[in-house]
Amino acid sequence: MNTTVVEAKKSWLYRRIEKIGAQIIESVDGLGNIVNFTARIFYWAARPPWRFKLLMQQFYFIGNKSLLIVGLAGAFTGMVMAYQVYFGFQLISVDSLVGPVVALSLAKELAPVLTGLIVAGRAGSAMAAQIGTMKVTEQVDALEVMGINSVQYLAVPRVIATTFCMPMLSCLFLFIGNIGSYVVGTKALMIDEAMYMSKLGDFMHMSDFYQGVIKAFFFGFIVSVIGTYFGFEVSKGAEGVGRGTNQAVVWGMISVLVLDYFLTSFLVKIL
Amino acid sequence: MKFENPAVSIQNLTKTFGHDTVLNNLSFDIPRNKIVTILGFSGAGKSTLLKHILGLMAPTSGKVEVLGQDLSLMDKVGLREFRRNFGMLFQYAALFDSMTAIENVMFPLREFTDMTLPQMRKHASDILISVDIKEVAFTKLPSELSGGMRKRVGLARALALSPHIMLYDEPTTGLDPITTKMVNELIVETQNKNLNRGMTSIIISHDVKASLHISDFVAFLDRGNIVEYLPAPEFARSTNELVQEFVNL
Repeated sequence: MNTTVVEAKKSWLYRRIEKIGAQIIESVDGLGNIVNFTARIFYWAARPPWRFKLLMQQFYFIGNKSLLIVGLAGAFTGMVMAYQVYFGFQLISVDSLVGPVVALSLAKELAPVLTGLIVAGRAGSAMAAQIGTMKVTEQVDALEVMGINSVQYLAVPRVIATTFCMPMLSCLFLFIGNIGSYVVGTKALMIDEAMYMSKLGDFMHMSDFYQGVIKAFFFGFIVSVIGTYFGFEVSKGAEGVGRGTNQAVVWGMISVLVLDYFLTSFLVKIL
Repeated sequence: MKFENPAVSIQNLTKTFGHDTVLNNLSFDIPRNKIVTILGFSGAGKSTLLKHILGLMAPTSGKVEVLGQDLSLMDKVGLREFRRNFGMLFQYAALFDSMTAIENVMFPLREFTDMTLPQMRKHASDILISVDIKEVAFTKLPSELSGGMRKRVGLARALALSPHIMLYDEPTTGLDPITTKMVNELIVETQNKNLNRGMTSIIISHDVKASLHISDFVAFLDRGNIVEYLPAPEFARSTNELVQEFVNL
C-alpha cells in the first residue's frame, strides 16, 4: 500500500473521529444549554410580576384542550389491555385478575407515560411552534426591548401549567382507562362484576396511584421545558420553526421514556 | 462628532465575536431632539450597534451612555427598567399576532402602568388615531392589516409609554414606494410631535434618499467604524469614496 493511500485512509478516519467528537461536544453543549435554560425558568418563576392570566390561558390550552384526546386514549388503552390480558390469563385460568393487572399497569406506567407522550405531541409541539414563530418574527425581541423577560413571559406560564396539568390528565387517563377495562371485562368478556371489583380492591394500593402521579408531574415538567427550549432555539425562518417543533416532539417523547426508567427504579424502592 | 449632553454617547466601543471584530473602537454621540440615521452595507455592524444602545449586548471594551447613564454599570433588573426609555419600531413591526391592534398598543400600558382598562383603552385609541389608524381597524389582528398599517400600529405601540429615544430598524425595507413615503413622513411627524419632551430618533437604514430627506444627521458605518458622520445636507456632498458609492447606488 503506498503512502498516499495510507494517508488518505488516515485522513478519512481522522475526519470520522473528528465528526463524532464534534457531535459529542455539540450534544454536551446542548445539554448544558437546557440545564441553563431550566435554571433561568426557576429563577424567573420566583420573581414578580406573576402573570395569572397567562397562566390560566396555558392551563386552559394544555389541560382543558387535552381532555378529549387523553380521555379517548385512556378509554381505548383500558379496553385493549383488558382484551390482551384476558386472553393471556385465560390460558392459566386467572382471568379474574384482569381488573387489577390492567389497573396496576395503567396507574404505574401507561397513564403517566402515554399522557406524557400525548402532551409532548400536542402541547410540546405547540409551545415550540408558538415561541419559534415569535422568535423569527422578532416578537421575542420586542418583549426584550420593552424590558420584559421573554423566558418569564413565555416559558414560565407554560412550564408551570404543564407540570400541574399533567398529573390531572394522567388521573383522567387512569379513571377512564379503568372504566373501559371494566366495561370490556364485565360486558364483553363476561368476568363476574363482583369478582372484578373485589380483586381490584385486593391488589390496588394508594402507593400505585401515587407512583403514577409523581411520574406525571416530572413528565409535565420535562416536556414543557423541552418544548419551550426548542422554541427559543429556533432560527432561520419557517424551516427553523419546523425543525424546532420536530425536535421538541422527538426529544420530549424520548425524555419521557428515559425519565420513566429512572423514576421507576427510584419510586419502586420508596413507595 | 461630539455633542453637549447627548442622548447617546458611544465611547471606544469594541465588540468581537471570537476572532471577528464587529465594532472597532467606535466613538460618536447622538444629539438629543434630532433624527439621526445610521447607514451602512449589510454586515457593517448596524444591528450590533443597535443592540448595544439598547443594552441587549455587552461591549467587549468601551462603554455606551444613554441619557447620561452608563449602561455597563447597570444590573440586569436596572437595565430592563431603563429600557422603558426606548421605543422601537421593528423591520416587520413585530406585532404580537395573538393580539388585536389595540391590544398590542395596550400591552406596554398593561405591563408597566397602573392605568385602569378604560384609561388604557382611551390612551391606546388616542395614539392609534394619531398615527392615522381608523377605529374600525382597532380590533383587527395583525394578519388582517396591511404592511403599512402594521408599521403604524407598531409605531403606536412603541410610543405608548412616551419613550425618550425612538429606534427604527430598517423601517421602510420591503414596503412599496407610497407606503415608504408614508412611513418616512410618519417618522418626521412623530419626532416633531414629541420634540417638546426631548425625543431623539435613531434610524438604522439602507435607504439613502429617505435618510437624507428626513434626518438631521447621517452616519455611515463600515466594518465596525463610523467613516462619515455629518449633517444630512453635508453628508450628500461627502467626498468619502464609500459614502459616494453608497449614495450613488
